[in-house]
Amino acid sequence: MDDKSGVINLEYEVIRYDFSKAGQASSEIKKVLKQLGINSNIVRKVAIATYEAEMNIAIHSLGGRIIVTITESNINISALDYGPGIENIKLAMEEGFSTAPNNIRELGFGAGMGLPNMKRCSDVFEICSKKNKGTKVDMKISLN
Amino acid sequence: MKLSAIKETLNAQVLTGEEFLDKEVYAAFGCDLMSDVLAFVKEDTVLLTGLTNPQVIRTAEMIDVFAIIFVRGKKPNSQVIDMAKERNITVMTTDYILYNACGKLYEKGLQGLDIKGVQVNG
Ligand SMILES: Nc1ncnc2c1ncn2[C@@H]1O[C@H](COP(=O)(O)OP(=O)(O)OP(=O)(O)O)[C@@H](O)[C@H]1O
Ligand SMILES: [Mg+2]
Repeated sequence: MDDKSGVINLEYEVIRYDFSKAGQASSEIKKVLKQLGINSNIVRKVAIATYEAEMNIAIHSLGGRIIVTITESNINISALDYGPGIENIKLAMEEGFSTAPNNIRELGFGAGMGLPNMKRCSDVFEICSKKNKGTKVDMKISLN
Repeated sequence: MKLSAIKETLNAQVLTGEEFLDKEVYAAFGCDLMSDVLAFVKEDTVLLTGLTNPQVIRTAEMIDVFAIIFVRGKKPNSQVIDMAKERNITVMTTDYILYNACGKLYEKGLQGLDIKGVQVNG
């Protein structure tokens, strides 16, 4: 969707445990940013942030969405899901903390580095979560 | 180090991307944790791993890694090889274990990545 104000909106559904598709949204987002000629350092940050967010939704949630809005000055990423929420956000943000079960660790996930990676890649990072409701991660990456 | 030299050093079999063996990498990273790969790997780095699932290719794609070596004789399925092919990623497999594969490349002068220590809380 590309409206007149020059703002581009991208939106993708992320399905729980669909590991053959998980990563596709991030891959498409990356392609769009490259096509727009956005600086490769910024593309890299967005790619890492969206991919970690997408994998978290696929692994830890019941499913959700990734929404990317590109304006003249910023790239805004929202990753939201339909539950089950994070009980202790402070703990979840710590490097090395993970509740990933063995079958997920066998895929190469569960280092407990995803949320810290997302934070590191973004200029503004906000996470809110409600137990039994869902989680929303908002990230802003400045284009300047 | 050229990918062709890596192939030779590791006695590796190229599964896809034979046409890119002239490309050069300046560092190597051996790891089975994808978030650590995303956190630490810079461009022009070869990734050595024992994991062969689609997420390895996706992870490489996100950070523009164009060469992956599967260790311990692991071979991904054809779907994963096709994913790599579509993304112009060279994929090889070697019979060496991760430790020996890294050691052999290091011996030939290929450096590891310089990273700041990871803080583990708790
Ligand atoms: N969308 C989510 N819904 C519910 N819980 C989540 C969600 N995202 C993260 N978590 C919780 O926070 C923990 C830490 O997340 P983080 O992404 O940092 O690490 P990880 O996913 O476990 O491992 P890695 O990202 O390194 O592969 C997770 O193990 C999980 O318990
Ligand atoms: Mg994660």
